[in-house]
Order: sequence, then C-alpha cells, then structure tokens
Amino acid sequence: MSTQRIGVFVCECGLNIAGTLDCEWLREQATKLENVVVSIRNKYTCSEPGQQEVQKAIKENDLNRAVVASCSPRLHEPTFRNCVAQVGMNPYLMEMANIREHCSWVHGQDKEAANRKALDLIRSAVAKARHLEPQRELEVPVTQAALVIGGGVAGIQAALDLADGGHYVTLVEKEPSIGGIMAQLDKTFPTMDCSI
Amino acid sequence: MMDVGRHPRIKLLAYSEVEEISGYVGNFRARIRRKARYIREEDCTACGDCAKVCPVVKPDEYQQGFSSRKAVHIPFPQAVPSAYLIRKEDCLGLNPIACGKCAEACEKKCMDYDMSDRFLELEVGVIVVATGMEPFDPATVAEYGYRRYPNVISSMEFERLICAGGPTEGHFLRPGDGSRPKRIGFIQCVGSRSRKDGQLFCSNICCMNTVKDTLLLADHYPDTESTVFYTDIRAFGKGFEDLYQRSREVGVQYVRGLPGEIREDSKTGNLLVRAENGSTGRLEDHEFDLMVLSVGFTPQNGNGKIHKLLTLSHTSDGFLLESHPKLKPVDAPTKGVFFAGTCEAPKDIKDSVTQAGAASARAGILLSAGKVKIEAITSRLIAEKCTGCNVCVKACPYSAILPGDAKKKIPVSIVEACCSGCGTCAASCRFDAIEMRHFTDNQIYSQMDAILEENPREKIVTFACNWCSYAGGDFAGVSRLAYPASSRLIRTMCSGRVTEDFIYHAFRKGAAMVLVSGCHFADCHYINANRWTQRRVDHAWDRLEKLKIRPERLQLEWISAAEGQKFAKVMRELDEIRKTVTIEEVQDTIAALSKPGK
Repeated sequence: MSTQRIGVFVCECGLNIAGTLDCEWLREQATKLENVVVSIRNKYTCSEPGQQEVQKAIKENDLNRAVVASCSPRLHEPTFRNCVAQVGMNPYLMEMANIREHCSWVHGQDKEAANRKALDLIRSAVAKARHLEPQRELEVPVTQAALVIGGGVAGIQAALDLADGGHYVTLVEKEPSIGGIMAQLDKTFPTMDCSI
Repeated sequence: MMDVGRHPRIKLLAYSEVEEISGYVGNFRARIRRKARYIREEDCTACGDCAKVCPVVKPDEYQQGFSSRKAVHIPFPQAVPSAYLIRKEDCLGLNPIACGKCAEACEKKCMDYDMSDRFLELEVGVIVVATGMEPFDPATVAEYGYRRYPNVISSMEFERLICAGGPTEGHFLRPGDGSRPKRIGFIQCVGSRSRKDGQLFCSNICCMNTVKDTLLLADHYPDTESTVFYTDIRAFGKGFEDLYQRSREVGVQYVRGLPGEIREDSKTGNLLVRAENGSTGRLEDHEFDLMVLSVGFTPQNGNGKIHKLLTLSHTSDGFLLESHPKLKPVDAPTKGVFFAGTCEAPKDIKDSVTQAGAASARAGILLSAGKVKIEAITSRLIAEKCTGCNVCVKACPYSAILPGDAKKKIPVSIVEACCSGCGTCAASCRFDAIEMRHFTDNQIYSQMDAILEENPREKIVTFACNWCSYAGGDFAGVSRLAYPASSRLIRTMCSGRVTEDFIYHAFRKGAAMVLVSGCHFADCHYINANRWTQRRVDHAWDRLEKLKIRPERLQLEWISAAEGQKFAKVMRELDEIRKTVTIEEVQDTIAALSKPGK
C-alpha cells in the first residue's frame, strides 16, 4: 500500500462548487490523507488548462492514482480517464468524488455540513483509489457473417438489409419456404395491397 | 421473398433448424440441421410432374386445410426456394420403396430417397432472431364452437377464403355448404385480453385486420352485412383511423360487447348469437351466415429452444425480453444478438419491417466495426475459493457463468465476454470466490470505512446504482433540489452488487442508517439483477429484526434517473428517521453485529 502515490484535484467549477464549498480547505484536508502526495485546486478541472494541470502533476509527482473531486462521473469520467491515459496512467486508476451534483448544488443551505460531506466524499474516493487496479478493455474480432433465424417478413427484411449493406448472411427457416405468416395473408392493412 | 432467393450474399437454408449455438459476441458458432427434402433443391424446377402422380392426399396447411396437397408438394406457388419436397411422414414409399411414382415422373431425376438430414457448422459474428409468433387456436374457446360448427372460421382461414390464390379462387363461400354468406359476424379479442382464454395482452393487429376484412367484403360483395363485436377498436397507427372510418361509412356495424356463445341453427347452418350492446345497454339477438373469430397471437413455440441456445429471457407473456424497453428495444440482453419482428411482441407488417431494419442496422454496426470491445468491468473467479455450489450461476442474469460441480470439486467458470458487470454474482458468493473488477469488496469496504471515520451516527450510507438512482441523485443536483447533507453515496454499477455484509459492515461501523437504491424492476439495466437486491435486503431486514435492530434503519428505494424529486424526497424522509437514532441504539447495534457466530 505504501507505494500508492495519489494526487487529489479539487475543482471549483467556477462558483458551482466554490460558491458553497471551501475548496482551499478541502484541498488542504486532502493533503493529510494517507498516500496523498499532492493536492491541487483547479478553476475548472475539465477545461484544457485544468486537464493540463492534472497531467503535469502526474508527471512531476510520479503519481500512480488520481482523484478528481468535481462533478458526476456520469458526466466527466470519460474525460478524466482519457486525460490520465494521455500521460500513461491506466484510465481505471482515476476515481471521482461527486462534490457538485451530490453536494454543492443541493446543500447550499448548510455550508458547514456540505463541507463535511464533501470531505467524506473525497476521503471515500481516495480510499477506493488506494485499492484500484489497472483494467484492460479487451478487443475481440467480429466474424464477418450474420445469422438470421426465421424467414418471416422480419427475418427476410433483416437478411436483405444486412446483405445489401455488404455483409454475408445465412437465413435459416424451419419451414420448406420462407414467408411465414405474411405469405398466408391476402391483402394487408393499411394499404390494402398484396402480402407476397 | 424472391430477392432473398437470388441475393448473392444471402445463403438461404430453408427446412432447416438451429440445433446449437455457442460462443459470444462477434464469435458465435451455430450448428444447423438441414432436414432432408428427398428432392435435390438445386435441381428441382418446380414443374410439378411429381405431385401429379403422387397417390397420397393430405390437407393443405397453407390453405388452412380447405384444400388438399400431395405427399410430394410445394408449400405454395410462390415458395422460395422454388422447389418441391417429399413429406416423409406422409409418403408411402421412402423406406422401403413401395411406390416410387414420383421418381418415375421426374424427368430431371431430382429425387433422392436416400437423402438424410445434414448438419452444417457456421461461424457468425452477429445473430438476428426473427422467430415470429403463432395464431391462437380458437378451438380452446368451447363456447364459440370452432371446429364444431363448419361456418365458424378463424381470421387466418378468412385470409385464404378471400384470396384469389386460395382454395375457392377468391370466391368467398361458406365452408358448411359452399353458399355465399351475406350476413357475416366478426368476434374480436379471441385469445387476447382475456384471463380465461389465451393471453391477457392485446395482440395489436386483430382490430385492424378485421377492419381490413370488412372493407374487402364490402369491395367484393357490396351487399354483405358485416357486424363486428369488439371490446375496444384499437386503430392507433398511421392511416388506421381513416380505414376504420371507411369501414363504418360502408355500413359495417360495430357493436361494443362480445357474445357469450355461438349457437348453430342445425337446419340452416346459420349462427345465432346474443350480445349486450354496450352503447345502448340492450341485449341484441343476431343471426349470421358465417362468423369469423378474430384470433390473437401467442409466442412461437420454437422460441423456447432459441431462448435456451442464446440464454435469452422472456417477459411474463412469453415474448422475448429486450435489453432495455426504451433505449435498446432491438438488442437482446446477450450481446451480439438482436430481435426483429414478432418474436419480441405482436406487431403488424410495418412495425416488423421497421424493427428488422433497426436490428440489421444494429448488427451491421458490429460487423462494420470489425471488432468489439469487451466490458472491462467484469467479474473474476478466484478458483481456489470456489466450492462449485453454483449459487452465482443462478444469480447471473446473463448466464455468463458455467456451472461447476460441488461433489467433484469442480469450480464454476466465467465467460467474461458474456459478462456485463452487474456484480450480483460477487454479491451472491458466500466464499469470496468472485471478485468484481473495479467494484471489489475491498474497495467498497474501504469507502465505507472512510465515510464512517468521523461521526458515523450523523450519516446515511447510501448504495446507488450507476444507471438509475445515482443518476436520480445527479438529476436532483441539476434541478438544485435541496435536501439534508447526511447521505454519503457509494456508487455500484447495479444494486445487485450490494452484498448483505456491506449493510452489516456499515452498521458495525456505527452508521445511523443504510439505504440501498436501484432501478425500478422493469428498468434494471442488467435484466433483473435487482430482484436479488430485493431478496438480500429482505433477508437483511429479517436478521436486523432478530437482532432487535430497528429494521427501518435499513431502507430500500427504487429511484429512476428521471426521479430527482423522489431522490430529494427520500433523502429528506430518511433524514427524519436518522435524527431518531440514539447513541445507545448505535452502540447496541455494533455489539449485536460484532458477536461471533453471526
């Protein structure tokens, strides 16, 4: 565990976070957490300059884990994963603390409690970061052929579309002829024309 | 249909069935049984000489049994492939050759009585399931006398009787005596929307089919008097209402109310019904020359086999379950598999074609990309800890875990390419033999420890699933809905990841409350993994009660991504409960949960 070198990046998000939370205090508190070697406050971590600050800190401090305390990971997790990956860190070694949607935006009425919660969220992210492992996204090849099971109107259409798109298709039909229910119909609504 | 037969990139395997499928997205292997036709398909010119001499006469399935076919036949004139076949079960002479008339008649010598079923191995990257549906058999509704009264027919039979290519060459005659019926009654919802007969759901197409039938009759025989008994007329599609109004304008009577039974006048073969007209409240008696039962549809029986082969689930009505009802309507939960047409739900031709287009486009994306990324956040087996109890096999919504054997000490195995990363397997394992990557036990325990380091009695440890309840929290934030700052969210991909011990651990560490939150049942992004969440929380409630811990300190809530309001409301309500939790209570909880032999 002693080899973990974690950087914490506290985003102000303009006043979106800094309007409610004391980002400098959070930054300071973060430096006291185990394995945290550097903690930096950014105006907007997601912006180009913000991301450069993260990358610079990773290189300068030889970081092997990053915690970004900003918005929801549902919004910017891909951004920061990409950001750390650019300087050679496995993207799964970045963890986020959601101190905006889950904190500054909803707890403005009690700033003291909001700050305590934000610190807990950062603590939680740092704790998880200590245990993060690099992950690999495996890529497998796709066999260039499609199987369509069923030769009714839907199967016929799917097979034709795929084949017209340049793909090889095998259409399997259990009956001796394709056509399905459609082939038994006389006229069809709403156009009142023939089915076959 | 013809286009399929002659397309250079489509290999058509008619009279064939899928026997086996293995593999995973991008890399499926399928074994196909090509049933023997006893006639070489590629040589047959469909001249029909064989059928002329065949002595065996059978009811013609295509014509709904209204005419006959021979043991050697072509399903219908426009069949694709355009080739005859011998029905082994009907033929006199396959083994041993007792008849052989067809072989003598065939100039091209296409007959091959020694043909047997052949097997074919295919390698494919994607699969489109288009197995269809089946018409409901109205014979099970005894009151309507289908099969008992010759002049009661199903809507599928109507299609053949009115068709120029049908057994009567388009002359609409009643089966009982070959006379032309003038008064025709239609009964809707036979086998649909019924608790008693068939299925509870609406079959979607029968209303419009009947509207179409009445217009065909009015067109062919303007003196026809059609009456339609219905529950509701569902004419919701584009151009449908127009067609319905046209039907009313040509004089078709629509009666809201279904007859309880059909009786037959044995002298005339006419049919007598009594129905309450919902619009007038009066009982009406009607006499018809012919009655048409507008049948609903049921899932194709064969679906069961495809379900198993592709590890697909189905909804309670038996149709195949899509990956997400709104966002992934044509994707199967099994990656690389897509649905087209009525195997997913009853639908008309237009919707089937639309869905087929969507399915082929979705499948085409994978094929065009040429490669597919496998989810990094998957589960990992720690084989030496696995006892082969197979609890995880049942928990996995994707059947991504192959069973082990407890007696032979063979551990389970995980097919990572099939894993979607919900983590309910890891939560179900009592031996810590499954690790959920990126959401490991270690990581989650350490998050709880960090959160509960100071003043745990003020906190509500909240597990929130990534897709719904965490997003619901985000939505509350975006909407600036204020709520008390006592909650501390821990994100998991699915609420199914939450092991019971996570709950006890939080309480052991002094948490005032624990909230487990996830998607609503129908919305679970991992098919139904959240059913396990419910079971685990139910079990935890029982245990807390036994230990005299107030069960209301553990809460379970289903919050969708759109329910920011609900998220904030739940947090406010829970905070009120939190305030009632005393120091003594927390201490008692810690003591009760720390006793050995838990």
